[in-house]
Amino acid sequence: MPDTIPTALPAALPALAPGHVRHGSSIGQPLTRRDGALKVTGAARFAADNHPPGMLHAVMAVASIAHGRVQSLDIAAARAHPGVVEVMTSSNAPKLARHPDQTGQPFTYKLDLLQDDRVRYANQPIAVVIAETLEAATEGALLLRPTYAAEPSSTSLDQAERFVPDTVGVGSPPNETSGDVAAGLADADSRIEATYDTAPQYHNAMEPHAVVARWDGDRLFLDTPSQGLSMAQARIAGLFGIDAADIHIESPFLGGGFGSKGAVWAPQVLGIMAARLVGRPVKLVTRREQMFGPVGHRAPTRQTLRLGADRDGHLTAVDHHTLTASSTFDDFFEPSGRVSHTLYETPNLRTTHEAVRLDTGTPFFMRAPGEASGSAALESAVDELAEACGMDPLAFRIANYAEQEPKSGKPFTSKKLRDCYARGAERFGWASRPLQPRTLRDEAGLLVGWGMGTASFPALMMQATARATLHADGTGLIELGAHDMGQGAWTAFAQIGADGLGLDAAAVELRIGNSALPNAGMAGGSAHTATAGSAIHDAATAAIRALADLATGDERSALFGAGNQGVVARDGRLHRKDDEQRSERYADILARAGRASLSADGKAAPNAANQAQYAAHAHGAVFAEVKIHPTLGQIRVTRLVGAFAAGAIINPRLVTSQYYGGMIWGVSFALHEHALHDPRTGRVMNANFAEYRVPVNADIPDMEAILVEEDDPYVNALGVKGVGEIGITGTVGAIANAVWHATGIRVRRLPITLERLL
Amino acid sequence: MNRFDYVRAASVAEAVAAWVPGASFLAGGTNLLDLMKGDIVRPSRLIDITRIPGLDSIEPLADGGLRIGALVRNSDLARDRHVSGTYPALAEALLSGASGQLRNAATTAGNAMQRTRCAYFYDPASACNKRDPGAGCDARGGDTRLHAVLGWSAHCIATNPSDFCVPLAALDAVVEIAGRSGTREVALEAFHTLPGDHPETETVLEEGEMILAVRLPPEAAGFAAHSRYLKVRERTSYAFAVVSAAASLRLAQGRIAEARLALGGVAAKPWRAREAERLLIGRLPDAAAWTECAAAALSGAHPSGDNDFKIDLARRLVATAFARAAAGTPDRLPALPASPFAVPVVSSGVHAFA
Repeated sequence: MPDTIPTALPAALPALAPGHVRHGSSIGQPLTRRDGALKVTGAARFAADNHPPGMLHAVMAVASIAHGRVQSLDIAAARAHPGVVEVMTSSNAPKLARHPDQTGQPFTYKLDLLQDDRVRYANQPIAVVIAETLEAATEGALLLRPTYAAEPSSTSLDQAERFVPDTVGVGSPPNETSGDVAAGLADADSRIEATYDTAPQYHNAMEPHAVVARWDGDRLFLDTPSQGLSMAQARIAGLFGIDAADIHIESPFLGGGFGSKGAVWAPQVLGIMAARLVGRPVKLVTRREQMFGPVGHRAPTRQTLRLGADRDGHLTAVDHHTLTASSTFDDFFEPSGRVSHTLYETPNLRTTHEAVRLDTGTPFFMRAPGEASGSAALESAVDELAEACGMDPLAFRIANYAEQEPKSGKPFTSKKLRDCYARGAERFGWASRPLQPRTLRDEAGLLVGWGMGTASFPALMMQATARATLHADGTGLIELGAHDMGQGAWTAFAQIGADGLGLDAAAVELRIGNSALPNAGMAGGSAHTATAGSAIHDAATAAIRALADLATGDERSALFGAGNQGVVARDGRLHRKDDEQRSERYADILARAGRASLSADGKAAPNAANQAQYAAHAHGAVFAEVKIHPTLGQIRVTRLVGAFAAGAIINPRLVTSQYYGGMIWGVSFALHEHALHDPRTGRVMNANFAEYRVPVNADIPDMEAILVEEDDPYVNALGVKGVGEIGITGTVGAIANAVWHATGIRVRRLPITLERLL
Repeated sequence: MNRFDYVRAASVAEAVAAWVPGASFLAGGTNLLDLMKGDIVRPSRLIDITRIPGLDSIEPLADGGLRIGALVRNSDLARDRHVSGTYPALAEALLSGASGQLRNAATTAGNAMQRTRCAYFYDPASACNKRDPGAGCDARGGDTRLHAVLGWSAHCIATNPSDFCVPLAALDAVVEIAGRSGTREVALEAFHTLPGDHPETETVLEEGEMILAVRLPPEAAGFAAHSRYLKVRERTSYAFAVVSAAASLRLAQGRIAEARLALGGVAAKPWRAREAERLLIGRLPDAAAWTECAAAALSGAHPSGDNDFKIDLARRLVATAFARAAAGTPDRLPALPASPFAVPVVSSGVHAFA
């Protein structure tokens, strides 16, 4: 999710992959999802599939104004509806131990939990109706017929006063400069200035935020999807004044997260409050239209880029200004400019951010926050400058290839972007692209355009712990409170665990997805596999070391005395490194020691020394072909080729799927997604899947994701970078640039709509 | 959703007799149930007509016409060989609407009865003269990109979302209606009404009346060789038309003997453009003819907000649709029915240079 993650513990990770790991036994294999059959048969139990005995259904009533107060609710009408058990409003909602506007911890945002009658955005919860059936609760919520004292609202970048936020993203400075941008622009032989608008977008996972809450005294049992189990525990504990350890959260599967489940939001807490109020288990599922407000979104941006280049097409200056928005009551600022810090070599670089406050819910991390919107603008602007220089857009990018990170001057931990360019371009056939726009047509007379964009995303490390166990029966167990959002944690983490333990993946049991397990941090920032995977690796390494200690110190073992030489763990046996013929089964080692099992803990954290020395990013290149009807303006993406280098690949099948997902979201960003706020009321007028358009299958072309090999000795012990978010970057610009190449028209307002091409 | 009575009718007579003020007939339910869930309509009684025998057949008539029962599913109708062969624009229109799942449930009568997709109609917190006569129209001055450019009034700028009804209007379809006082017929073109001072009235159905069938006259078969439906939309499927057009021609000795044109997505009803049709008679089927016809078809158009692009787009669409119709109905239904793109997303990577 975020682009930089503050960490409390600057703990160093001890060196690199220990010798006992033989990558490739499980790691690197394109295993199918372990949970695939459960999901396609409907047997996978998502949060809202749970129905504890005595459970009631809760439905939120939400505000239809964006700013003001609730004046009245017809509580009597709702209560009179058959099946309605209780109506929770600001007058009877359980009082909280901590006001929900009291935040302070990282990733904690202000929540609207019926503590008063104010309305800060449309679709804010204003009451909860609890009933014996979903139908009764739904109708009860309608019968409340609220009235309001509405105040004027602003939901557009043009409607509010600008200011410079203290920080953007996660603690990044809003304005950063190196060199002299004005001088760089003045010296340029070619320069462009262009302003790009990106639309507000709302994450809409197939599974909306849902909770099934059950209290047992002051102990709380929850089924709710979470990208950060321990953070969720901490937030809920603070709100209710209970011990985090008394909160048990089950979250075995998420029906998509995309950042929106990185925090606990109001609907989930309201379900918990409702359960406390009525003294029975309660299920609350956010309705689709209610996803547009209380659970985070991507704010709109307006980005102005001024770029200059010399006669040879080398950048002389990059000036990237972002205007974005947060809510009136909390701070989250999309850090769009940060992508310019890492991509292209330039002596003069400035990124600035301004913001306005709008009467919307608070924006939040949404797949590649900052990088997605920032890359859309930067890649478009680079294309415009390449055109101004009379250069091929790929040649221009290669001419400005950054050997060190432009902002920091640090070398990269690894960077195979040249290979991405080369392999993507070759596969796509880029070399035959004519420089001039509106020169390609297909056999049906449609305009054809080719465009490209560079993809990048930081390779982050967070913190996680894990436990690895070897059983006397020769099987292994990996335990950690990790999160499967659909990316394939159930499979990839088993692969990492299997290699770490020297076992076949089928012999390793994996337990993830509940809060009783060792804290695995959060699934965000494309860092979960890197971080939790490293913790698994560390735990498995420790387990094997402990097992080796049992063996090498025992005269009866074939491994006796191997201590300094070390051992290799493979296929359930430890082998002497200096003589692989001498080996012993794990089961025998444990049996002789009289142990039923052996466990070890592991952890992962950022390596401060490496971070001080190196810049770490995944990279890629995306090539897009669009076809456009010459008179009607309708647009279709007809080909997408992405080539990505992201360190070691745990499971190429799952990674390819992540790249596809990101590229598809890029299509959506470029051509479809746009939350339409009515300027008078602030309501989102297309809060449904018919009119808040995302691509359908038929919109998605032949896609190809090329996995470029990249060996990274620094990012973490596994050499893994993230792959979850990078696919959306690069793709948006590639499509916008292809639209220009097809038509000769630069559409600088995303999503691109057909009337701009008429 | 409100609590309601549910009546399952075994015959048309039973269905009509079961009607009370506030009742709705239920067929596929693909629109009605959404409206109920959204608190847009709150019928006191649902009269389920889906078990009435005899309403689900497609009958070629002795006179060369076709009778389509009220309960014929959209997907069944579109895939009927006689229908797609004789009325290709109709099949294209059907297959360009909604999604496969919805078309499997949606019926002929229900399609004709579907309500507008105006966001302000769907938002109970907005003023809407359709939902609440006299309340006002919050669409005006709001997001109007997809609203009407023809036939709208100060009280309502919504459009009819049906694809199916557009070629039906072009082909002079007739709606058979049953009520307590018997049956009657009305031309489909006259079935939907313009908003005027009463946008709450959307069809000529009297209270308690239901659709029995839609009938195509014998003449409708005369356009089989040159009929297209073309729909501009913002994704490849599951999207309502920005603008659509059904264009049909009868050619004789290289000239246009007869032309039919109706537009979708531009007005509160499928918009039959009779004046524009007449301009084509006797003309050569060429670009000049289409341009003139398109201009005439949109001659009365005015933007109802920030949507003047739709007028230009509709003109372009009319010309393109007629050019395609003149080129001849394809031998088989296109893979992407009604799309400006003739083929699905594929690419050879080889392109001719213009």
